[in-house]
Amino acid sequence: MSMATDASHHHAAHPGGLMRWVTTTNHKDIGTLYLLFSLAMFFIGGVMALVIRAELFQPGLQLVNPDFYNQMVTLHALVMIFGGVMPAAVGLANWMIPLMIGAPDMALPRMNNWSFWILPFAFSMLLVTLFLPGGAPAAGWTLYPPLVLQTGDAFPLAIFAIHLMGMSSIMGSINIIVTILNMRTPGMTLLKMPMFVWTWLITAYLLIAVMPVLAGAVTMLLTDQFFGTSFFQAAGGGDPVLFQHIFWFFGHPEVYIIILPIFGVISEIIPTFARKPLFGYESMVFATGSIAFLSFIVWAHHMFTVGMPLAAQLFFMFSTMLIAVPTGVKIFNWTATMWRGAMTFETPMLFALAFLFLFTIGGFSGLMLAIVPADIQYHDSYFVVAHFHYVLVPGAVFGLMAGVYYWLPKWTGHMYDERLGKWHFWLSAIGVNITFFPQHFLGLAGMPRRIPDYAVQFTDFNVVSSLGSFVFGIAQLLFLWLIIKAIRGGVQATAAVWESPTGLEWTVPSPAPYHTFDEAPEVQ
Amino acid sequence: MEQASERYYVPHGTQWPIVGSIGLFLLLGGAAILLNGAGTLGGWVAGAGAVVVIVMCFGWFGAVIAESEKGTYNDQVDRSFRMGMFWFIFSEVMFFLAFFGALFYARVLSVPWLGGEGNNFFTGLLLWEPFENEWPTNGPGDMGGPFETMGAFGIPAVNTLILLTSGITVTLAHHALKAGRRAGLNLWLAATWLLGFIFLGFQAEEYIHAYQDLNLRLDSGIYGTTFFMLTGFHGLHVTLGATMLLVIWFRCLKGHFTPKHHFAFEAVAWYWHFVDVVWLGLFIFVYWL
Amino acid sequence: MTTIRGSASRLVTLLLGAGTALQAQADWALNMPRGVTDTSQEVFGLHMLILWICVAIGVGVFGVMIYALVMHRKSRGVTPAKFKESAQAEAIWTLIPALILIVMAYPSAETLIRMDDARNPDLTVKVTGYQWKWHYDYIDEGVEFFSSLDRRSNEARQIGSGIKPRDVEHYLLDVDEPLVVPVDAKVRLLMTAADVLHSWWVPEFAVKKDAIPGFINETWFQARQVGTFRGQCSELCGKDHGFMPVVVEVKSQQDFAAWLAARKASASVAAVN
Ligand code: HEA
Ligand code: HEA
Ligand code: CUA
Ligand SMILES: [Cu+2]
Repeated sequence: MSMATDASHHHAAHPGGLMRWVTTTNHKDIGTLYLLFSLAMFFIGGVMALVIRAELFQPGLQLVNPDFYNQMVTLHALVMIFGGVMPAAVGLANWMIPLMIGAPDMALPRMNNWSFWILPFAFSMLLVTLFLPGGAPAAGWTLYPPLVLQTGDAFPLAIFAIHLMGMSSIMGSINIIVTILNMRTPGMTLLKMPMFVWTWLITAYLLIAVMPVLAGAVTMLLTDQFFGTSFFQAAGGGDPVLFQHIFWFFGHPEVYIIILPIFGVISEIIPTFARKPLFGYESMVFATGSIAFLSFIVWAHHMFTVGMPLAAQLFFMFSTMLIAVPTGVKIFNWTATMWRGAMTFETPMLFALAFLFLFTIGGFSGLMLAIVPADIQYHDSYFVVAHFHYVLVPGAVFGLMAGVYYWLPKWTGHMYDERLGKWHFWLSAIGVNITFFPQHFLGLAGMPRRIPDYAVQFTDFNVVSSLGSFVFGIAQLLFLWLIIKAIRGGVQATAAVWESPTGLEWTVPSPAPYHTFDEAPEVQ
Repeated sequence: MEQASERYYVPHGTQWPIVGSIGLFLLLGGAAILLNGAGTLGGWVAGAGAVVVIVMCFGWFGAVIAESEKGTYNDQVDRSFRMGMFWFIFSEVMFFLAFFGALFYARVLSVPWLGGEGNNFFTGLLLWEPFENEWPTNGPGDMGGPFETMGAFGIPAVNTLILLTSGITVTLAHHALKAGRRAGLNLWLAATWLLGFIFLGFQAEEYIHAYQDLNLRLDSGIYGTTFFMLTGFHGLHVTLGATMLLVIWFRCLKGHFTPKHHFAFEAVAWYWHFVDVVWLGLFIFVYWL
Repeated sequence: MTTIRGSASRLVTLLLGAGTALQAQADWALNMPRGVTDTSQEVFGLHMLILWICVAIGVGVFGVMIYALVMHRKSRGVTPAKFKESAQAEAIWTLIPALILIVMAYPSAETLIRMDDARNPDLTVKVTGYQWKWHYDYIDEGVEFFSSLDRRSNEARQIGSGIKPRDVEHYLLDVDEPLVVPVDAKVRLLMTAADVLHSWWVPEFAVKKDAIPGFINETWFQARQVGTFRGQCSELCGKDHGFMPVVVEVKSQQDFAAWLAARKASASVAAVN
């Protein structure tokens, strides 16, 4: 069969043991590396989150001092976003895109290896700062000057770590774009590509567009600190707010970089378990494109309190509200896909459905935040924290987990433990809401974010939220255990795995052989 | 050169990326130590890192060049390389955009606001009297003391001519290559990297002039900041481009590249044009207007 | 437009009721305070408007989803339909949200424009954020002072202080010297900072403005009630960001005049010796 392994000249035996993983140029190996790395980072970032929640369990300072608390908040965010969610999505891309478009591998396999192997070094550089005099960066993941310039020895290391992460993302995205544009099997026209491939094509474009901008922003911080430049210093003619503009010009597209591949995953899963083709494929593609375009012109909605001219505030309010339209189209199309289907509810579908409901809730709060006069009240309160955790955790993270459950049999060749999967799902779904829903109320009642201690009237909901976070955390231990079990063994999975999935990845055996599609498969 | 294999070439294993990562880690880690004030140690670590990175470049590019000359790469691989280079250059454009953005923000928004314009009446009145909105400026704090600016029509104009000419010469070289006129190729390519390095020489001259005679320095407020950061990063890219041209030139002398098959040459040429275009932006918005 | 506006504002007033219904007692407070300025009332109405619009849409969307989840499941032996698209349907759920957005955008823009107008105030105070306290300067009156976290809270908040936050009145929300302003007067604040970014927030006034070193932001409020109103710094400003509260005491015109006179007197005494 065309996709069976063959030992032709350029597939000579590869080194075993550790060196195999260090030197591999195989998209499946590298996908696995990305996924395992991101899982590790998710746990590290999660432990930090638990430190935060533990300190906030009661008013008064019990566990950590305020400065360490701020370090936890800052690292938690950086680790989760740049180490947890983004590499996980790249891992899925590495594993699945070549399989979905019938390519023998990624277009630039050596660079593929490098874009992964930069990450462990980048994050060591970021995390060692915890042990330096002055501790880790504590100015929040948004790194606003002038505060961030008060960071100790950690400062240059954090900046360089971000440079490295940027390099990794840019190389990874270049690889993904080139693979999609140049490696499709004959007959796989652009509009025949699976949604996941489409969303990643657009995501990779966004990444290449904004990662260099972030690199520029932190470089300016570096020169302001060490070489006397005045980018963010009024006395020299600069402006601290300039940094916020540049950061959010990166930062807002970044949040769609996080969610678009997830949209792709959901668009793969729902049709499979609804046993019905995806509704409105073209409009899905179009909506993804519009979201990407709009994401470049809404950045200042993070800055409604900095004193922008009225016209700017109006513009950014309206442009931000517009994003609800294409995102709505996606939500409605997914609903229409389920409509009059024949649904079953295996774990991937459960996570996809939870995503559908909870992401929408996060989107609603996002829309509320877009309303400037109201945002004056919401801004930098826990209402914002609630918003972005709804889109990031039951949004992005649930979507990633749905994808992992969906493709795990294809990767390992074994079905995962469905019972354990259901437990993991229900505990996570309940825990995540107990954790983050009350934070809406805290924000509305006036609790600011980024504080280690709070006035007593905020106690009750913080107790609830902290308890929820520990439930959610423990649930993730089940996830870990389930993955280990599936790797170790279990029921042999068929090539199709699910009842009637569509797509080339389901035509190759499970586990997918080390080399697939050496001869281009047929697509009619 | 043999005819290309029909299969898409997928290399099996490479040690260069990990070498590169270690190199970068040492280089940046060392730089950080340096910036934190432990000069000698930092210097050594960074130096070691730089060496490792250079070794990686030779090793990695060496491997790729060898494969290319063996004809391992078919047209599809060639397309991948081209697309890769295109998107890399796009990322570079976005990097410069950040700094141009800072320049425009300062000129259109922050400096006028500090002068009390727009919705910042009190900023001017209560904080920075008697500062007036003006450009060039080193800010209401008169950072770095009074300075003069670099006239557009001295060295900068010459440098513009140099870069534009080099853009032409590299194109001539490309035509020569495609027509199989190796002598012309080598000649025009040599001219191109020469012009590149001459440009750098002039820029060094310019910087010395700025520091010694004009008191225009990196810390001369927002003007000095944007001036040196923009021209400086451009200068770095010229250095990189000229070096790449030099490498390509040596490869040409060794008889590499065929009229049909010369991705590396074109990649460098594209990069050179990109550097060219950025300079035009600089000339107009930094020196001239 | 006017019709939209009219109906929108009617909806607002209607929803205000629902809003207060949501407001439970202090500890389990669920909702944004209505506040004591016209702006804060408007913002509250706007907040309730968009909240209920989102709830309505949510009920609709989730309702359809849940119906599908219940009715269109394999276990009920249904055979999946085949349809893949419908131009009308997609047109409808592109346009309807767009219209809803316009309904939201209009009153929002109106309120925003009103909020932005800090002209002709009755009193102007320059507010400067420091790590980690506020400085208030009544620039036309020659009265100025710092305002920092009060002693009791500060002792209680130390790790292992042994003092229970519950035993401290207004834990973390009390200062040594509050900002004092007259009721019904339009007070303009000129916000700036001495070191890093801070942000001055009093929920009851619906005022939140960043204090930025080297720049001055204008904002304003007009309190309709006498009383003490509390808020916090809401822009991360370092280790004690959580410990620089904002307290505003709104006094009757006479009390304010008296307070100001006393203040000036002590200030001049201080100036003499
Ligand atoms: C995955 C990440 C992600 C996603 C997808 C979003 C999506 C959105 N976000 Fe969010 N956001 C963040 C991550 C994300 N956000 C983060 C991390 C922050 C905080 C950063 C920091 O300060 O640290 C933030 C902060 C943030 C702010 C700044 C708040 C503040 O600091 O004051 C704002 C303000 O406008 C905002 C708005 C929005 C909007 C309008 C959307 C829209 O895209 C949502 C669109 C979706 C829907 C609206 C729901 C589905 C639609 C329908 C069912 C159709 C019908 C609906 C209507 C017509 C209403 N976000
Ligand atoms: C994708 C991004 C992402 C993810 C996944 C998360 C996940 C979580 N976040 Fe995160 N968070 C951010 C992005 C993210 N966050 C960002 C951007 C900020 C803003 C930072 C800033 O202000 O600068 C933030 C800030 C933030 C705050 C506000 C801090 C403050 O403003 O003072 C809080 C507080 O509750 C919080 C909590 C949590 C919790 C409980 C989780 C949970 O979902 C975590 C669950 C995971 C685990 C718990 C780990 C797995 C389990 C184990 C390790 C086993 C051990 C567990 C037990 C024994 C129970 N986060
Ligand atoms: Cu001051 Cu936060
Ligand atoms: Cu945003």
